Amino acid sequence: MHEWALAEAVVEYVRRVAGGGAIAKLTLGLGELQAIDEEVFKFALRELFKEYGIEVRELRIEHEECLLKCRACGHVWRLKDANLEEDVREAIHFVPEVIHSYLRCPKCGSRDFEVIGGRGVSVKEVVKA
Amino acid sequence: MMGVWFEDDPRLAVIGKRLSKVRHVIPVMSSKGGVGKTLISCMLALALSDSGFKVGLLDLDVTNPTAHVVLGVSVGSTLPEEEKGVVPPEVGGVKFMSVAYYSGENPLPLRGWEVENVVREVLAVTIWGELDYLIVDTPPGIRDEALDVIKYFRGCRPAIVTTPSPLTLVSVRRLARVVSESVGCGYLIENMGGSKPSERVSSIAREFGLKYLGTVRFDGSVDSAVGDLGRLKATGMYADVRGVAERLAEDLSG
Ligand SMILES: Nc1ncnc2c1ncn2[C@@H]1O[C@H](COP(=O)(O)OP(=O)(O)OP(=O)(O)O)[C@@H](O)[C@H]1O
Ligand SMILES: [Mg+2]
Ligand SMILES: [Zn+2]
Repeated sequence: MHEWALAEAVVEYVRRVAGGGAIAKLTLGLGELQAIDEEVFKFALRELFKEYGIEVRELRIEHEECLLKCRACGHVWRLKDANLEEDVREAIHFVPEVIHSYLRCPKCGSRDFEVIGGRGVSVKEVVKA
Repeated sequence: MMGVWFEDDPRLAVIGKRLSKVRHVIPVMSSKGGVGKTLISCMLALALSDSGFKVGLLDLDVTNPTAHVVLGVSVGSTLPEEEKGVVPPEVGGVKFMSVAYYSGENPLPLRGWEVENVVREVLAVTIWGELDYLIVDTPPGIRDEALDVIKYFRGCRPAIVTTPSPLTLVSVRRLARVVSESVGCGYLIENMGGSKPSERVSSIAREFGLKYLGTVRFDGSVDSAVGDLGRLKATGMYADVRGVAERLAEDLSG
């Protein structure tokens, strides 16, 4: 699964900032746009942390709503209100920016919009034990 | 002891690992548009593969990918496999990755930070495995993709494509300076020139410490060969790029 590659990025990152020691709390953000499968992602994280010998005492996942803002007219709208086909969602899952290939501002029709929140995977907080 | 870090990008932590078994990264660059970067990238990848090397080709012209057109890959029907990441499909023996698998032939207008986001995403999830060469096609200009190539592919050897025309040379000289300042080494390929190196191109190579890899002839048959690997390999342009590939491999074998 492609989720595995992103989990690996998180684990490499955590290992780097925490120097291999135990982690009291790890908070990750999952943006709505990339539509990461949370169960697969968490499974990959658990396996990889085990493999790297890093103990994570508390793992928190925060879901972030995807908001879009048009740079041409300033309109702000929610991804939820957009009607996207399944194959388009699949493409966005791999490279979220390709949303610009399939979506335009509902108000003025521009493709020059910004994803102002809820894009993809982020590390919010790493607390060392 | 307690330490807290906020809002950093985990993708950056894994890029080195994804490229760890890639021996040489050759970004094909030019600050001038339309000089033949994409054709030369594709042919270079094919020629190196034909010589028995393990080769990958990455189309990093994020907002205007066209390498799939040269290779005849129909992006509507091919999708990379998923296996703990994204595995690039093989085309003519070359592992080929492009954003076009996802954007198709639709427009993909992006601002600078969005381009960098795509570059980071693609580098973080693409599983290249073991490669002798990763050829990277880039857009014209000295902007996001060009700067990202220099930033993320540490130790890469950029191959700058130029033509002998004075306007191209003014432009290429700027890139040559950036490459020599930030990478310290690289190559120069003269496309659509004469059969011999032109003095102006050779002098840029000398001035910036770039190795001149050869000339590639103007070949009117190339447009009609695009999309067909067999016909592409039968062109005179391909024969010249094979010479470039040989000199590149020779330079990197020592
Ligand atoms: N050696 C050559 N002989 C004949 N035509 C060529 C040659 N090299 C390039 N061309 C022509 O120039 C066109 C542009 O080539 P190509 O797309 O590879 O350039 P590019 O540098 O990648 O362009 P861009 O800057 O838009 O990415 C080709 O479609 C082809 O018609
Ligand atoms: Mg090109
Ligand atoms: Zn608008």
